[in-house]
Amino acid sequence: MNRFLLPLAAFLLLAIVLGIGVRHSKTKGIIASPLVGRAAPDFVLPDLLDPAVKFASGSMKGRWYALNVWGTWCVECRAEHSVLVAAREAGPLPLVGLNWKDSDEDARAWLAQLGNPYVAVPVDAEGRVAIDYGVYGAPETFLVDPRGVIVHKHIGPLTTDIWQREFVLRATGTAEPGR
Amino acid sequence: MIARVLAWLLACLVAGAAFGIDTTQLPDPRLQARYEALTHELRCMQCQNQSIADSPVGLAADLRREVAEQLTAGRTDQEVRDYMAARYGDFILFRPRVSARTAWLWALPGVLLVGGVVVAWRIVRRRSALAASQPDTDDLGEDS
Amino acid sequence: MLPELGQFALILALLLAALQAFFGLAAPALGRDRWLAAVMPATAGQAVMVGTAFACLVASFVRFDFSVAYVAENSNSALPLAYRVAAVWGAHEGSLLLWITLLAVWTVAVAFGVARLPARFGARVLGVLGLVSFGFILFTLATSNPFLRLDPPVPDGRDLNPLLQDPALALHPPLLYTGYVGFAVAFAFAIAAMLEGRLDQTWAKWTRPWTLAAWAFLTCGIALGSWWAYYELGWGGYWFWDPVENASFMPWLIGTALIHSLAVTDKRGLFKSWTLLLAIIAFSLSLLGTFLVRSGVLVSVHSFAADPARGVFILAFLVIMIGGALSLYAWRAPLLRSNAGFEFASRESFLLFNNILLVIAAATVFGGTLAPLISDTLGLGTLSVGPQYFNPTFLLPMLPLIALVAIGMHANWKRGRLGERGRPVIVAGLMALAIAIALVFGYYAGRPGLALVSFALGAWLVLSSLFDPLDRLRRGLSMPRAIIGMTLAHVAVGVFVIAVTAVETYTVEQDIAMARGETAHVGGFDFRFDGVDAIDGPNYDGVHGVVQVTRDGTPVVTMHPEKRRYLVQQSVMTEAAIASQAGRDLFVALGEDLGAGRWSLRIQIRPLINYVWLAAALMALGGAIAASDRRYRHARAAAAVPANAGQGSTA
Repeated sequence: MNRFLLPLAAFLLLAIVLGIGVRHSKTKGIIASPLVGRAAPDFVLPDLLDPAVKFASGSMKGRWYALNVWGTWCVECRAEHSVLVAAREAGPLPLVGLNWKDSDEDARAWLAQLGNPYVAVPVDAEGRVAIDYGVYGAPETFLVDPRGVIVHKHIGPLTTDIWQREFVLRATGTAEPGR
Repeated sequence: MIARVLAWLLACLVAGAAFGIDTTQLPDPRLQARYEALTHELRCMQCQNQSIADSPVGLAADLRREVAEQLTAGRTDQEVRDYMAARYGDFILFRPRVSARTAWLWALPGVLLVGGVVVAWRIVRRRSALAASQPDTDDLGEDS
Repeated sequence: MLPELGQFALILALLLAALQAFFGLAAPALGRDRWLAAVMPATAGQAVMVGTAFACLVASFVRFDFSVAYVAENSNSALPLAYRVAAVWGAHEGSLLLWITLLAVWTVAVAFGVARLPARFGARVLGVLGLVSFGFILFTLATSNPFLRLDPPVPDGRDLNPLLQDPALALHPPLLYTGYVGFAVAFAFAIAAMLEGRLDQTWAKWTRPWTLAAWAFLTCGIALGSWWAYYELGWGGYWFWDPVENASFMPWLIGTALIHSLAVTDKRGLFKSWTLLLAIIAFSLSLLGTFLVRSGVLVSVHSFAADPARGVFILAFLVIMIGGALSLYAWRAPLLRSNAGFEFASRESFLLFNNILLVIAAATVFGGTLAPLISDTLGLGTLSVGPQYFNPTFLLPMLPLIALVAIGMHANWKRGRLGERGRPVIVAGLMALAIAIALVFGYYAGRPGLALVSFALGAWLVLSSLFDPLDRLRRGLSMPRAIIGMTLAHVAVGVFVIAVTAVETYTVEQDIAMARGETAHVGGFDFRFDGVDAIDGPNYDGVHGVVQVTRDGTPVVTMHPEKRRYLVQQSVMTEAAIASQAGRDLFVALGEDLGAGRWSLRIQIRPLINYVWLAAALMALGGAIAASDRRYRHARAAAAVPANAGQGSTA
């Protein structure tokens, strides 16, 4: 073999890698979570609307639910919120709203004004639970199955379409025995 | 608060220019040194071009607090790294773990060095054999 | 009107570049010598049109034409004139136009240079440059047109990214691109030589000054960027092994190898196929850098807004240019044979190891930079590669390299005897070791280990480089510019090694929260924080801190680290205060207002950091001086005569 062909061969391999890289580049900022397929970390946090009540993630065991990470400081959460409110009205999948590093007054005002789509709003003022869930930006949404395993994670604002396709379909599709 | 976070995020977007100054002082200087090394090794997931040591965003501050607490509680550096990677994936580690998946990367410099020296050595041997059979006829100045 | 004129000029430039490429490459290939006459006019026309387009964009910025989308995005009515001009290359579209313009400038210079070379060869060189130009102009027009109008126009622009509003960074892209584009010239010479079948060493002689000049510009560009990062980003660091930094560093490493390899090819007719390959790779890496910065495949501080369409285009261009060049190489290189010999300790041998080590260093940087991409592509998961990987792996080939340079400079061509020069090399080595020991255990007092080794190597290189020129002076021998340039560059590398070692080993840093009147004691200096005052700039406001520095009670300097808020983009920037002293920089950056009059401050004392930039400047100067050596001009003048066959070349 002509050893002078080696540079060309190496370059063509590189070009293939770069080509695949370009195709993936749109989703580059999104880092796949190592938590998908693992048990959702347990936590107990005070509820936003009634701090005397402690919300325990274990109380959701046995049913599908979505954990939505949000904050009033998060610009995209505002756009997402109407989707969540509509989803709550339409669908059977309960939403838990983890309020991340926020002020309680701001958060309560937000829910009062825009509607509350959540069955519970645990307050993660220090961001410790968010770290356990590997949250690195808001909004993020996790889908948890009845065994308490994280099935899916969506990074960025939800749209009705994404909510139906990636969350509701997964949850109800598996929940119905005959399918 | 809102304005500040917005400013942070914007600064992130502009070019990752904003930097944070982390004034954490752990009581033990050796712990402090480990703390500084570790926080420089962990990538900020929000401003993805900075380590959590240099990043101004709130998440970086939370992660630094986590590092400080775990070190103070006696965890090893590796335990802290594993803790972070279990939550955020290997992407958070600026120093790639040594594993089967990264073996090629860590082996690369050594393999190149050995391979390069072997190749160079063979060339030199061949050329020096040629040189031995050639007379000194050419006019070779001393300048390069 | 002006933007349309610019657009029109750019379209004409595209057509002329096509003609330049066609006539330049087709005329010699088809043996139609009459077509050769068309190459020069096409080249000149292309350059004029590109210059016109560039001038139109500059004028649009200077005249605040916010009906042009690119101007509206990157300028503002409050932006000072100098930055309005620099804003031309402040973002993707305009910086591409700058690339094209600089390529046109190089092309014109080359056109004058090759006028004295054989006509066909010159035509081919210009043809290849025309092809490169064509690709970039097409790319600009198709995906990144800077002349697009806004309808309706906006009343005011969104301002230039405040980070870029800085003299060093305004100059950084032109210098860097001049270097990148300069490697296109070496590339064009290599391709022309392969097409021509003129594979003796004459092409190497012709290429050397161009490559040296390109390398000098690239050195300046990289150093300027690093200096900017040091004082502007507020981290106090100067090199982050960021993908985009690496993208400029890889061509530099290969370019350095190329300069030395060209010397061997020119002098001895050896390493010919290797030199050709390096010329191709140096330019390929410049193109690859463009791809990495603009396609969004890697996460980086400095990259432009990601656009996959641009990525696809550049990739296609990359495949055509580099794939074509490497195919040509695979076809032509086997014909290159040389039976010139050299002994084990000859200069050729040292330069061979130099090349291998530089290429290994570049390959390591390359592997680390692309590792996230490769890992992802192969399904091995996402990962990050940071300084913790690059620092140790880069030193692995570089430390032996420094030692080899210190010795190799004194080796003779072909014969492996250091002879009478052996002793000074050893003496210099012992002196260097003494200096290193004095520095580590005396002056800086502590942390031996790697610092001791690098100090010794750096000092050895400096002393060893000076020996030959001093000897020449003493003996009253002439001192050609090539020798002056080489000496300067090698001394600079030694200084650089020493300076980086000092910075990396002996920097003292403290991040501290301070209230008014508090004093921090860092590295033998006392920093007293006297609160902050409001400041007011042309397009920003903010505060600056007042920090009184004293040493043993004696006032040293008053420092004013700033925190600026740029009004248009509402972005906050830190302007660190830096007080340079002979042996160190005092660095103070202002962090956040912690409330109750307390601020966070970063205080650093960085020894010898100025010498890092000084060394880079000296390297570049050395390259420039060597490029201007008379020998190259003679070489070109004499080139019309069939070049001396050189020993052992059987092209």
